[in-house]
Amino acid sequence: MSNDKLSFGKGFRDGLPFVFVIVPFGMLFGVVATEAGLDLAQVMVMTVLVIAGASQFAAIQQMGDSAPVFIVLATALAVNLRMAMYSATMAPHLGAAPLWKRAVAAYFLVDQSAVLATAEFEARPKATLAEKFAYFFGVVAPIAPLWYGATWIGAVVGGRIPESFALDFAMPITFLAMIAPMVKTLAHLGAALTSVVVALALAWMPYGTGLLVAAVCAMAVGSFIEVAQARRAAA
Amino acid sequence: MTGFPDSQIWLVIALLGLGTFLIRFSFLGLIGDRDMPEWVLRALRYTPVAVIPGLVAPLVLWPAATDGQPDPSRLVAAAVTLAVGGFTKNVLAAIASGAATLYLMLWLVG
Repeated sequence: MSNDKLSFGKGFRDGLPFVFVIVPFGMLFGVVATEAGLDLAQVMVMTVLVIAGASQFAAIQQMGDSAPVFIVLATALAVNLRMAMYSATMAPHLGAAPLWKRAVAAYFLVDQSAVLATAEFEARPKATLAEKFAYFFGVVAPIAPLWYGATWIGAVVGGRIPESFALDFAMPITFLAMIAPMVKTLAHLGAALTSVVVALALAWMPYGTGLLVAAVCAMAVGSFIEVAQARRAAA
Repeated sequence: MTGFPDSQIWLVIALLGLGTFLIRFSFLGLIGDRDMPEWVLRALRYTPVAVIPGLVAPLVLWPAATDGQPDPSRLVAAAVTLAVGGFTKNVLAAIASGAATLYLMLWLVG
């Protein structure tokens, strides 16, 4: 980690590599959402308002299964709960700013900006509020517009892809690809396996409610393993 | 979208947008620097790995495209995606290998 000051330019440079993830991912969302039956306006409003890929895929999946609205929302919002953690991490760094500025930052609090900003802010305890905001907005400057643009391209192209391309499986593959690198510890593995086993065992429950039960069990198992391991390490 | 009227799609979009914003705004805007209990923060760490595997497992085992019958091509593609993602930690590499495997398998097995 270098010692140069936090600035918009530095944020922009740090955010730039994520373009290679954001663009194909946004396009894929545009394609999948269009294939699922959303029109261009719906795809674009969703991608701009929500700006959280995994939850958008989850909502499309649940809507395709004709789940009730509150189940669609519960599932998709559960995927986004991690952002409360990002918000808590950012609060001591950006909390002194005026409310409107914190609201704008909150909208742009995506995985990439949260992860990069956390690392940089913690490495530079002396950075000013203005420098931190400049860096934060620098990170999202290349990411957010390309996310919108890539989704638009995917949505426009999506309707023209023939069925033989087996696009039904684009969503499962994307989910698996996202989740595999997240399984970093035994606790994560335990949570993931619990989620799978309970969700499959409760698949008979109506409207995907079994998934919500599975998610709660999995969070409990992950937490439990983490605590148990910490205790053993301390002993 | 089958079984999902337009008005409900818009409702989902609006509420998902609002809800996601409120989650992001929670501590930054409303709760301030009040501390959350440790067990809540710990549980939040596991939300993605708690939701997504359970969401994806039935899609892999019982794909709608094959009327819910387990399909060898899709199973192998899923396994390759997981393996590549786990080893490389690279989301795009995992998607690309999963898709390539799926097309190869569909071409071989049909």
